[in-house]
Amino acid sequence: MPFWRRESAIPYLLLLPALAIMALVVAFPLIFSLYTSFTGYRLVRPDSLYDWVGLRNYSRILQDYDFWVAFGRTVLFLTVVLNVEFLLGLGIALLINRITWGQRTLRTIMMFPMMFSPILVGFQFKFMFNDNIGIVNNALQSLGLSDGAIAWLVDGKLAFFSIAFAEVWMSTSVFAILLLAGLFAMPRDPLEAAKVDGCNAWQTFRHITLPFLMPFAYIAMAIRSLDVARAYDIVTVMTDGGPAGRTELLWTLIARVGYDNSRMGLANAMAYVSTILSILFTWYFYRKLVAARRYMGGAQ
Amino acid sequence: MAEITLDKVVKKYGGLDVVHGIDLQIAHEEFVVLVGPSGCGKSTTLRMIAGLEDISGGLVKIGDRVVNDLPPRKRNISMVFQNYALYPHMNVRENLGFGLKIAGEATASIVKRVDEAAEILGLTPLLDRTPAELSGGQRQRVAMGRAIVRRPDVFLFDEPLSNLDAKLRGQMRAEIKKLHQKVRTTVVYVTHDQVEAMTLADRIVVMRDGRIEQVGSPMDVFNHPRTTFVATFIGSPPMNLLPATISGGAVRLADGTAVPIPDRLSDRVHEGRRVTLGIRPDDISPVGHGLSQDGPGAEVEMEVELAEPLGMESLIYTRLAGQEVQAKLYGPRLVQPGERLSFRMALDRAHLFDAETGRSVRED
Ligand SMILES: Nc1ncnc2c1ncn2[C@@H]1O[C@H](COP(=O)(O)OP(=O)(O)OP(=O)(O)O)[C@@H](O)[C@H]1O
Ligand SMILES: [Mg+2]
Repeated sequence: MPFWRRESAIPYLLLLPALAIMALVVAFPLIFSLYTSFTGYRLVRPDSLYDWVGLRNYSRILQDYDFWVAFGRTVLFLTVVLNVEFLLGLGIALLINRITWGQRTLRTIMMFPMMFSPILVGFQFKFMFNDNIGIVNNALQSLGLSDGAIAWLVDGKLAFFSIAFAEVWMSTSVFAILLLAGLFAMPRDPLEAAKVDGCNAWQTFRHITLPFLMPFAYIAMAIRSLDVARAYDIVTVMTDGGPAGRTELLWTLIARVGYDNSRMGLANAMAYVSTILSILFTWYFYRKLVAARRYMGGAQ
Repeated sequence: MAEITLDKVVKKYGGLDVVHGIDLQIAHEEFVVLVGPSGCGKSTTLRMIAGLEDISGGLVKIGDRVVNDLPPRKRNISMVFQNYALYPHMNVRENLGFGLKIAGEATASIVKRVDEAAEILGLTPLLDRTPAELSGGQRQRVAMGRAIVRRPDVFLFDEPLSNLDAKLRGQMRAEIKKLHQKVRTTVVYVTHDQVEAMTLADRIVVMRDGRIEQVGSPMDVFNHPRTTFVATFIGSPPMNLLPATISGGAVRLADGTAVPIPDRLSDRVHEGRRVTLGIRPDDISPVGHGLSQDGPGAEVEMEVELAEPLGMESLIYTRLAGQEVQAKLYGPRLVQPGERLSFRMALDRAHLFDAETGRSVRED
């Protein structure tokens, strides 16, 4: 009897369509892009697809100053944004947790920023930070806090700040929501035990509440690290990586190399290097999460 | 020195009064048990002593300090919670040492005291486990260890044994007793289990609906319950209560059965008074199978409805004057439902309560 007629083959046969689709939409593009990262593929010259160059793209990346600056800037961006979002989200969650009246409404309002497309958020902040007509400069000048127009989106550091600000505005509620869920799930007994054990409010928070919330924070960080590491839309809208590459992040750089300069092979190689960055961050937070959950899991 | 004084302590939740002005003096090194049915305000009272609950009225003193407005950490107490409340992210060692660490104790001394407490409670092999990796009884011991390492003035226990199975509960009860003999600290212990109350307490405080019903040594509360509530709550199986009237110099039950008035109560009742006769199952036994054969008593014939052999004794359910009555049979003998037996009621430990107020006639 041929293999496909045997009863033991049925599970595999049933899985076949799913596997075929997975192969088509996931495996093939993955392998194809990996392959192109070893070629000198340019979008404008299709035949260059067969132009095998070995590791040349990768070795070029290793020496590419712009790439590593963008890489470092992305790591910095991730670190700043995740930490600020964590701290703000924690603050918001703690405050909302205190409220007894109107809490549901506030929880919903808190999520509004997440409901906008990042592109729109980008446009909104681009307008707000505009040096001539932006509301931020207008406000600062009216209040007498600054006399000239501040070039929010032109100066490298300020532009970085502005983008981070937009990103934080949009996504702090991810942290707030998850940490609030953590606070709701928090058992009251250990808090009381800590009070009896001699803790003041800060010590209770530091030694009991915070450790309990950390798994929730790690979940939020794992989600957001993937998000932020591929930040593209807000940056493109607000500064497009400019001026003169001073806010270039990995993905704006990769898109420029791939589409504007049409050097797809090199861009794909860069993409693979950046993907490793994302994976590292996510893996790191996941490890933290697993470690933190080990004790939270079965307790009581 | 840590005596505790509650002076007209009141607790309100919004408009709802749950503790109605409790007065209680607890001596230094005394083991006091608050006992009462669910919802009577035991935990609330305990938590007010601990400082976990605001005090709506009255004064709480520990030693000679009024602690009404002191946070728990300034009261030098420790507490064992019903579901242990261990810190889930710390191992046993850290759980035990946490209070000392917060107090700024030197590391060497923390290690020493944690090891001592672990030794006392048999936790030494478990020091590196987290609470998730412990059984209920072990968690319970960690919770106790956490309380004793700090050498507080006062121990507060809120139903610490209620999550354990019967056997473990018995063991832990004995351990708590031993522990108290060893560390000699003032203890306030909450339970709704009257066996725990009887075995552990120097003094029992019986509570009901936010009020103290009776305070006294276990034997005192058992032998001289001041109300029908205490009479039925302390002692297991509960005391039988039979409505009756004093008539013709005897206690006459609803069906006319006459029982002599116990001597020590005879000057407390007058003809025609409506009373409740209280008599413990241990004092009603088939003739020849009771605890005491002599002394004042009365014999009645009753039909056995159900018999539960408990080994050395049997619990017998029967009916007298239309009321279910529990009796005990001592000594080996099988009893069948439907059997009619002559029972002897020993009256030297019988009680009479006023039918309206439920208070013992000894109280008027
Ligand atoms: N936060 C609260 N708000 C309103 N009422 C409360 C609150 N906490 C307790 N109560 C009420 O106070 C009364 C006493 O509660 P408490 O917890 O002291 O009872 P307890 O004697 O410890 O009972 P149990 O044996 O079930 O633990 C109960 O009727 C309860 O419903
Ligand atoms: Mg309680």
